[in-house]
Amino acid sequence: MNAIILTATWGVVMMLGGAFIKSKSTPKYLAITGLVLIIIANCIQMNNGASFFTVDVKNMLVFDSFNLTFINVVFGCTLLYFLLNGRDIEKVGEHVSEYFALLFFILCGIAIISTFNSLLMLFIGIEIVSIPLYILTGSDKRNLKSNEAALKYFLMGAFSTGIMLLGIAMLYGGSATGSFFIENIISGNAPMPPLIAAGLVLLLVSMSFKVSAAPFHFWTPDVYDGAPTVFTSFMATIVKAAAFYAFVRLFENAFGSMHEQWQTLIVILTAATLLVGNLTAVFQQSVKRMLAYSSIAQAGFMLFALFALSNMAKEGLVLYAAAYSLASIGIFAILVRIRDYTIDGFNGLAKQQPVLAITATIFLLSLTGIPLTAGFQSKFYMLMAAVQNGHHTWLVIFAVLCAAISAYYYFRVIQAMFLRKVPEMPCWPKI
Amino acid sequence: MEIQWYIGLAAALFCIGIVGVLTRRNSIIIFMCIELMFNAVNLLLVAFSKMHAASAAVQSNPSVVSDAQIFVFFIMVVAAAEVSVGLAIIVMLYRNTHSVDVNFLNRLKN
Repeated sequence: MNAIILTATWGVVMMLGGAFIKSKSTPKYLAITGLVLIIIANCIQMNNGASFFTVDVKNMLVFDSFNLTFINVVFGCTLLYFLLNGRDIEKVGEHVSEYFALLFFILCGIAIISTFNSLLMLFIGIEIVSIPLYILTGSDKRNLKSNEAALKYFLMGAFSTGIMLLGIAMLYGGSATGSFFIENIISGNAPMPPLIAAGLVLLLVSMSFKVSAAPFHFWTPDVYDGAPTVFTSFMATIVKAAAFYAFVRLFENAFGSMHEQWQTLIVILTAATLLVGNLTAVFQQSVKRMLAYSSIAQAGFMLFALFALSNMAKEGLVLYAAAYSLASIGIFAILVRIRDYTIDGFNGLAKQQPVLAITATIFLLSLTGIPLTAGFQSKFYMLMAAVQNGHHTWLVIFAVLCAAISAYYYFRVIQAMFLRKVPEMPCWPKI
Repeated sequence: MEIQWYIGLAAALFCIGIVGVLTRRNSIIIFMCIELMFNAVNLLLVAFSKMHAASAAVQSNPSVVSDAQIFVFFIMVVAAAEVSVGLAIIVMLYRNTHSVDVNFLNRLKN
């Protein structure tokens, strides 16, 4: 409860503070302070279960240690994001403290969707995450690409919310007890009633929209490309990881008992996502767009958690979320510094700024999944869980092949940094 | 009345909404179609709530009946919040391009 209430309150504090603070860099420090305090409060609740606020949530939210750990991982990544990208958020526009306030509201939504126990809370949490994101996507108001991305994201997001609501209504109608609690939807081992089956498929489709799994990924490249790069970084990492956690939590608790019946759907989704994400990323010239497709490809790996649905897969998902978020936040932070987003923009970076180039290389190796990096560990966890599951072993082999394809486009950037010549007019600034 | 009639009506409204989203080109009309989808769901939730109220399984726990009706209020509130953000985005686009046609939205493709 600490995380939810404090993030919402701190968002309001940031917004009101914006009216009084004239300096442009103060909101960043205010936000970092607030986030550190919130993480400490969340740790306190994790250690002895004591919340500062006694709110009777009627079991609609569950604060077990696994959920709280995930919230801590996500908030920790956000803290790193604030520290790395604080200065770039200030450059997006005039309303710096409002951007931070919206980010805090998103964190509040993330805390709700990682602890929900009722479909109502899932719906509200997803909307609390989405609505500030629409604003942040369009925050570069004079830029037509940003406008376009915001409108596309908004229309697609609202459309998928409509589908999700229909799914929720059908689950409510189909459940014998008429309950929104996710563990009460299916009672016993009876064959799935048609209403429940329809609701399951609709929820699967809408959640796939939110985590941008193929074939529901088509909005992702455009939105990630058009949004200001700092906010793309937040969307592609932290929000996506939280949406995945909600996805797995929903399907494990609500439909876990009939896993075999919908596993085939997940297999199709996973295979399509891995294939589309990796193959399309190969052909991209812009690094930002390439990272958008790579985030689709990484979503394919995270879908293995739904495929296997074991404890190992869930732990793997948390590790994957952390490893992928950290590597992507890092590479996006470097991308913001480089003005030219094409691969040629990275030419000869190693000669001019060796430290930056080596850091970027480590991030890219982690995204590829080279041994000794966190990316390798997390991919290993996911595939291990899938192998233990026993069905569809070909999917694991397919995933490894796709990871090999992904090495091509990640290494293209590394090659540009280390092997190409420095251009006449370097487009990166001195740091 | 039978529950099937309500399900049929809600499904028809929802399909009109989906077809509108997929075929219309004016972003405000697309947005109205999305609202239509939300309202179809509202109707369905209220109908299911009445259906559960009549069944014997829920007599012991009457609160589940009002759950769906409260859910409808939440949907209305969230839809209103989405309208405020969505219309702001559409107005912002109109200021820059003097059009609300989604066919103009192809700058990101190339």
